[in-house]
Amino acid sequence: MKAASFDYVRAASVAEACEMLRQDGDDVKLIAGGQSLMPMMAMRLTRPFRLIDIDQIGALKFIAFGENVARTGACTRQSAIARDEALAAHVPLLRKALAWVGHVQTRNRGTVGGSLAHADPAAELPLVARVLDAQIVARSDKGTRTLPAAGFFVGPLTTALAAHECLEEIHWPMWSGRRTGSAFTEVSRRHGDFAIVEACAQIVLDDDGRCTRASFGLGGGGTAPLAFPALAARLNGSMLEDAVLQSVAHDAANELDPGGDLHASAGYRKHLAAVLAIRVLRAAYDEARSKP
Amino acid sequence: MSETLYPVTLEVNGVLHTARVPARLSLVDCLRDELRLTGTHIGCEHGICGACSVMLDGEPVRSCLMFAVQADGHKVTTVEGLTNADGTPGILQDSFCEKHALQCGYCTSGMLIAAHALLQTVKRPTDEQIREAIGGNLCRCTGYQQIVDAVKHAAARLGEKGR
Repeated sequence: MKAASFDYVRAASVAEACEMLRQDGDDVKLIAGGQSLMPMMAMRLTRPFRLIDIDQIGALKFIAFGENVARTGACTRQSAIARDEALAAHVPLLRKALAWVGHVQTRNRGTVGGSLAHADPAAELPLVARVLDAQIVARSDKGTRTLPAAGFFVGPLTTALAAHECLEEIHWPMWSGRRTGSAFTEVSRRHGDFAIVEACAQIVLDDDGRCTRASFGLGGGGTAPLAFPALAARLNGSMLEDAVLQSVAHDAANELDPGGDLHASAGYRKHLAAVLAIRVLRAAYDEARSKP
Repeated sequence: MSETLYPVTLEVNGVLHTARVPARLSLVDCLRDELRLTGTHIGCEHGICGACSVMLDGEPVRSCLMFAVQADGHKVTTVEGLTNADGTPGILQDSFCEKHALQCGYCTSGMLIAAHALLQTVKRPTDEQIREAIGGNLCRCTGYQQIVDAVKHAAARLGEKGR
C-alpha cells in the first residue's frame, strides 16, 4: 500500500499552479488535503507522474460573504467550514452535511474543493452543492470560468473541470427567508463511511406556513448527486401536507436508476431513496415551522 | 533508477528533525523509518483504521494520508509525546492501562491521539462525544467500551489534577 514514485512541486500561487498544469499536461494531479487522492495512490488506482501541491496557497483558504452568497476557497479545510458560525447560520446545510463526512482526522486535512473535484457519487458536499446550485469557479492560464453545480458532476469521480484547470472557489447561495429549514441524512454501513444513499433538503415558509421555496436531492443512488427542481417546484405554494411531501419523495426515488453492489442491492437503494427523501423533507419543514 | 529526495524539516514532540525523503514517503513511514519513532503504528495505509493518527499543528490527522513532504515545516506530536517529562506514561496512557482499554495494543497509539485531541478541547466529554472522537479508529479487541471508560477516567483525573 505504498504510492508509486512521483515528482513533487509546490505552487506558490494559483497562477503558478495553472502555469504548471498548462506545461505538464494530463498525467499530473493537484493535491491539497489528499484525503481521497492518497488512498487512491496507495492502492495504485491512480499513478500521476507529478503532484502539484496547492495546500499552502493562502489565497485558496478563506470563508467570505457577499450579497446572497457565501464564498469558500477551494483549500479551506472541512473542519474550518464545519466550525464557522456565520456559515452555519447562512448555509446551514454545510455543517449538517459535514457531520457525516469521514472522521475528525480526515476533516482536519480534507478540503471543500477537494471533495467537489474528487466527485465521489456518494460524497456529501457534492450533494449540498447540487441542491443549493452552488457555483464553482475554476481557473486556468486562460482565465476563470464559473460552472453551476448542475453541470459540474459528470459521473463517478468525473467533473467538468478540464485537466489544466484548478478549482479556485465555491459560491454557496444563501437563502433569504426567516423561516428557512434544512436537513441532511444518510444511511451507511458505519458512520463516516460513504453513504449507501444520502438525501438533503432546504425549505422556506412564509408567515402563514406556505412553502415559498424548496430544493432537495439524493446521492449514492446513481453516477452523480441529483437535485429535483421540477419536483421541488410542486411544493411551492403548498402547505406541505404530508401527502404532498410523500408524493414528491416517491417521484424522486423513481427517477433514480441505482446500481446494486456488495453493500446494497438496487432495489434496497431505491427503497432507501424514498424513505430518506421523505425524512429530510419532513425534517426541513419541521425546522422551518419551528421558527417564529 | 534512484528517486529524487526532498528535504523536510519537522518538529516532532518539540524536537527539530531534518530528513531527505522521496516524495512518495508517507508521514507515518517517515516518522517510523527515518526518525525511528515507532510508537505510531501503521495499519491499513489508506485512511480507514486510524492507527497512524498523530497531532499536526495541534489537530489530529492520519499520518498515512499525508506525504512527509507535505508536513515540511509543521509541528507533529506522536504518541511518544504524550508521556510525562520523565518518560513515564501520562495520565491518559495510565488510564488506558487502569481500565483495560487495550489487549493487543495495535490501535492504541491512534486511540490515545484521538482521545488526547478530544481532551484538549472538551474537559468533561460525554460518552457520545468520546465515541464520536474515536469513531475513526478501529479496535478489534476491546469492543470499545473500556476505551470509552478510560477516556472518561482520564478526564476525571485530569480535572482533579487541574483543581
